[in-house]
Amino acid sequence: MTNDINEPTALDYAAGGGLLSRRMLLGTIAASGGAMAAGLAVPHRAGAQGVVPEWVTVAGHRARGYGMPAEAEAPVQRAIIEPWQDVAPEFSLSGTPLQRLRGTITPSGLHFEVHHGGRPDVDPDQHRLMIHGLVDRPLQFDLNSLERYPMVTATHFLECAGNSLVNAVMPEPLQAGCDVIHGLLSNSEWSGVPMSVLMDEAGVQPEGKWVVAVGSDGPSLARSIPIEKIMEDGILALYQNGERIRPEQGYPMRLLLPGFEGNMNVKWLTSLWVTDAPAHTKHESGEYTEILADGSSVKFTFAIGVKSLITHPSATMTMSGPGFYEISGLAWSGVGKVARVEVSADGGASWADAELVEPVLPRALTRFRMPWQWDGSPTILMSRAHDDTGALQPARPDWKARYHPSNFLHYNAIQPWNVTAEGEVQNVYL
Amino acid sequence: MYTSKALSIILIAAGSQVALAEGPDLGQPLTSDEIPFYATYVMPDGRGLPEGSGTPAEGAEIFAAQCTECHGITGTEGPVMPPVGPNEIWAKPAGSYWPYATTLFDYIRRAMPLDHPKSLSNDQAYALAAFILERNGVIDADTAMTAETLPMVEMPNRDNFVDVWATQGAKPW
Ligand code: HEC
Repeated sequence: MTNDINEPTALDYAAGGGLLSRRMLLGTIAASGGAMAAGLAVPHRAGAQGVVPEWVTVAGHRARGYGMPAEAEAPVQRAIIEPWQDVAPEFSLSGTPLQRLRGTITPSGLHFEVHHGGRPDVDPDQHRLMIHGLVDRPLQFDLNSLERYPMVTATHFLECAGNSLVNAVMPEPLQAGCDVIHGLLSNSEWSGVPMSVLMDEAGVQPEGKWVVAVGSDGPSLARSIPIEKIMEDGILALYQNGERIRPEQGYPMRLLLPGFEGNMNVKWLTSLWVTDAPAHTKHESGEYTEILADGSSVKFTFAIGVKSLITHPSATMTMSGPGFYEISGLAWSGVGKVARVEVSADGGASWADAELVEPVLPRALTRFRMPWQWDGSPTILMSRAHDDTGALQPARPDWKARYHPSNFLHYNAIQPWNVTAEGEVQNVYL
Repeated sequence: MYTSKALSIILIAAGSQVALAEGPDLGQPLTSDEIPFYATYVMPDGRGLPEGSGTPAEGAEIFAAQCTECHGITGTEGPVMPPVGPNEIWAKPAGSYWPYATTLFDYIRRAMPLDHPKSLSNDQAYALAAFILERNGVIDADTAMTAETLPMVEMPNRDNFVDVWATQGAKPW
C-alpha cells in the first residue's frame, strides 16, 4: 500500500496501513511542535466569533440529589435483545454501548445485563444471605450486619459466556454496533466482603469442595463453584462503582468471581450451600457447556479467555475523511493481566504493539491505543491480545475449528473491522 | 523464612479463632427449617429428592396446559429452548443432553413455568420430568419418576463430557 501523496514528512510509521509509531501519540506530538507540524488534521473552528450562548445569560439550575447524564446523551443506552420477545420477555440481554464509551469503567446504568427470569424487586430489609451445608456453623446475614465487615475494593470485568455470539454462529457477519455484537462485557469497581471471611466464620468442613450459589430471582438461578475459587478471590459485592449495586446487577448483593463467566457471578445472592460435589445445576448441565467439533462436550469451563476489540472505530461508525485517528479499544483476560495488544491496519499483513493505558489490572478491562494515519483507502483493522499466561487471542477459523457449529459460548476470536473507501466501518470475518 | 513459618504454625494452631477474628462475627444461627428448598439443589445421586411421584402421561397433561406456549406442543417446536430433541432450534435439549435426570426435576420445580416459578407440586415436577424423559426416548411410558427411579435414569450423553475444571483448573479451554 502506498500513501506517498498524503504522507506528511514528519510521520513515523510502525507498521503497514498507516499505523504510526507510538511516539506519535498525542502528548508526544504536542511536545514536539504540535499537530500542525506533523501534518495531522486539525478540527475546524466552529461557529461565528463573539456569539454569546443563551446559557451564559441565565442562572443555572438548582442542585439535584442524584445527577443524570446530559439530556443530549439520552441516546447512549444499552441495546436490549429479547430473543423470544413477548413469549418470554423475562429472558433478555442488554449490551453495553462500548462504542460510545471511553476509559475502562462502565457506568453502572450501562452495565450489561443477562436476565434468565427478569429483574426481581428484592426488599433489602428482608433479604438475607445463608451459608449452610458442609459447614460447622450454618449462618445467615442481613445487609446491616454485612456492612460492618471489612471490605475490599477491586476492579474487574464481567463478560457473559455468550458474548459476541452473533460472530460465533452467524454465517454472514451481522452489521451492528459493539453494543449488539460484543456488549455483554462491562467493567466496574466492586466493593464488598471477601468471601473467605464469611466462609471461615461458618467453618467449611474438609469434605466441602463446592459451593452452590443461589440467587433470589424467580428462577432461583444456581451455579456450582469450586471452593478454591470462593476462598481465593471471591467477593460478596455490595457496592458497584462506589454506590450500592444496581438492581440489574444483583441488589443488594451479588457474588463476584473475578475472571469467571458472567453467569457464575450470581446476582441477588441469597444462599451459599457447601457440598462435596457439583450439583450439575441447569446452567452447568446444558446452557453453559460447549459442544466440541467431535460432538463431545466440555463442562465447568469457567474462566474467560484472552480477548480484545477495537471500539474506535468500530462497526456502524463512519470515518470523517482521511487523516489522523487514534485507534482505541479494550483488552481483557479472565486468568490474569493483559500483557500485550497488537494492532493491524492492513488485514493482518503487519502488526504493531499498541500502548496499554495504565493501570493494567488483572481480570479487568485494559484500554489500548494506537495512532493511525488513514490514507483513505479501504483497509481492515484488527487487534489481538496476549495475556500474562502467554495465551494469544485466536483467529476466527481457529476458534471455529475447535467447536461444533452450534456453539456460541466463550467466543474470543479476533474482530476485524473493514473500513471502506467511503469511510464506513463494517463487521467482517477473517 | 523461619519466622514466617513459625507464625503460620501459630496461626494454624489457633485454628478457627483466628478465622473468626477476620470479621465482626455477626452471622446469626441458621436452622434447617429456615432454609427454603431452592437454597439447595437435588444432587445427581438423588440426595435431596422429596417424596412424590409422576408418570409421563400425567406430565403430558400438565405440559399441554402450562408449557407449550413457550416450548411447543410436543416439546420440540419451541420457540424457547425445546427440552425435547432432536429439534431444529436447540442443540442441547434438556431431556437428552443434560448428564443427570435429577436436574430436570430440580430446575422445573424452582424455575418453571417461567411466569409462575415455584407453583408446581413435587408430584407435578416428577411428572413433567418423566414426560420430558419419555419424549426423548430415555425412559418408557410406564415408568413413574420418584426419589428412587429418577437418579437411576441413565442419561445418554453423560459420558460425553470432559470436566475442564478437574482436568486443567481455571485455564480456559
Ligand atoms: C413463559 C415462557 C415459558 C413457559 C410457560 C415455560 N418455560 Fe420452560 N423455559 C423458558 C425459558 C425462557 C427457558 C430458558 C431459561 C434459561 O435459559 O435460563 C426455559 C427452559 C426450560 C427448560 C430447559 C430447556 C433446555 O433444554 O435447556 C426446561 C426443561 C423447561 N423450561 C421446562 C418447562 C416446563 C416443564 C414448563 C411448564 C411447566 C415450562 N418450561 C414452561 C420459558 C418458559
